[in-house]
Amino acid sequence: MSIDKKTVEDVAHLSRIELGEKELEKLSGQLEHILAFIDKLSSLNTENIAPTNHILPLNNVLRKDEPQSSLPIKKTLQNAPEKQGNSFVVPKVIE
Amino acid sequence: MKYEAVIGLEVHLHLNTRTKAFCGCSTEFGKEPNTQVCPVCLGFPGSLPVYNQAALDYAIKVALALNCRVQEYTKFDRKNYFYPDLPKNYQVSQYDLPLSVHGFLDIELNGQLKRIGITRVHMEEDAGKLIHQENASLVDFNRTGIPLLEIVSEPDINSPEEAYEYLAMLKSTIQYLDVSDCDMEKGSLRCDANISLRPAGTKILGVKTELKNMNSFKGVKDALSYEIRRQAEMLDSGEKLRQDTRLWDAKAQETIAMRTKEGAKDYRYFPEPDLPPFIIKEDKIAEIKKTIPELPKEKMQRFIKDYGLTEYVAKILVASKQGALFAEECLKKTTDKNIKSVANWIIGPLSALTSSTCAIHELNISADNLAGLVDLVENEKIISNLTGKIVLEEMCKTGKTAKAIVEEKNLAQISDSQSLNSIIEEAIKENPKSVADFKAGKANALMFLVGQVMRKSSGKANPKVVQELIRKRLANA
Repeated sequence: MSIDKKTVEDVAHLSRIELGEKELEKLSGQLEHILAFIDKLSSLNTENIAPTNHILPLNNVLRKDEPQSSLPIKKTLQNAPEKQGNSFVVPKVIE
Repeated sequence: MKYEAVIGLEVHLHLNTRTKAFCGCSTEFGKEPNTQVCPVCLGFPGSLPVYNQAALDYAIKVALALNCRVQEYTKFDRKNYFYPDLPKNYQVSQYDLPLSVHGFLDIELNGQLKRIGITRVHMEEDAGKLIHQENASLVDFNRTGIPLLEIVSEPDINSPEEAYEYLAMLKSTIQYLDVSDCDMEKGSLRCDANISLRPAGTKILGVKTELKNMNSFKGVKDALSYEIRRQAEMLDSGEKLRQDTRLWDAKAQETIAMRTKEGAKDYRYFPEPDLPPFIIKEDKIAEIKKTIPELPKEKMQRFIKDYGLTEYVAKILVASKQGALFAEECLKKTTDKNIKSVANWIIGPLSALTSSTCAIHELNISADNLAGLVDLVENEKIISNLTGKIVLEEMCKTGKTAKAIVEEKNLAQISDSQSLNSIIEEAIKENPKSVADFKAGKANALMFLVGQVMRKSSGKANPKVVQELIRKRLANA
């Protein structure tokens, strides 16, 4: 699978990271290499094997609907870069 | 050209569990911002979600009530996107193995039954709330992680009216299950719509628009009506429609295109590694099925059959579960002869006394007392319809029986001709013109005279008897 610069740009946007021109070049090569490595998996015959949706042999892990105490507001906002009253403050985003 | 609308609705529903989907934080509405959050719903690294048993049970209950096939194997997936109301940068949702598929909901419009397919009902979690200020946005994560169901209909809906009926029936059905308060104002029920037009009679699908931001059923109907007009005008003038997302502006009564970046919607779903899958066995499904009560559609059909009510009346009576229980109690306590009257009193004068905070079954009126009132009006003719309404209000205030109030306030109708004749004489003497009009053949004049007598008797005269007496009196004059 070839990874062109455009694809790297798209993925970078989805991950909200900024990449320079040189990094884009470098990463497209690296990602291509990584994907080629992973692609080895497709050489295996998986015809009679059910898809693995979860790696642990567990199911129906549930908890009772009983309230637990929440964090005190001071702790909740402790790492907030910016706050106002009880709220986290973020740059204005309206989609 | 004549077009047919093709509409699919996507409903998001809060489940009314006590705690959130994946943590023990309370779901109570209207608390101070960020007071119902913890490391799990704030998406702190290293925290581990565990799904709520009640949310799973409620979800299965809704799926079954909507005639869906509950899948034996179901799992959660991560839906990845960046937005400040989503602390983990992904929403836990379901992708390729949803809880349930292939359901339907029957709606009725103008006496016609129509089956609307339901593609899927799946489980997910809600995001937080953003409050936009001039230069920044405030984030409240109390709502983050509240268990949601997404209910997706097939594009089987062909008009705004059908969309409205579908939503009303869906809401009523879910309210019967006691798993959500379905309050659009509180955001516990939300609806998005997909709509496209095609030349009537054809099968090809047109370019669709996604509509958001409708905050009432009427809003959904209005937005769809607007969109049908807008798309039809564009198609008629040969313009090309663009697939986009539009917001309904209820004030301006129009839809506005949202700015969307090309290719921005790539959710990169993958299985949620923090949550193992669910295996839902037949016995579990059977157990939950038992908890589903008679649903509004069946109840309505039974009311029509058992009590001889019209579809119109039955539909109103069954709209809410508690209201339907109350109505049935009333109908059971009524003599056969009075059943239709009691039903009409419930959907008319009694409903008029309800409010958003006081539903019909919460009014201070017992089934026995309502039956008693209707008997006084309909059978014994002791009070008129109009006086009945006044008595009903008094009953609500005091909890007394109709009989007690009528006696106490001396409201009994005057039906004996002796008492009425003197008032009638007075009315005739005072209104010679009306008398002349009546004699000249004007029917309205009679009603005017009856009205005068009613006024003079403070509404206590029996209008039917009065009419008879005046007629006789004038015929002899």
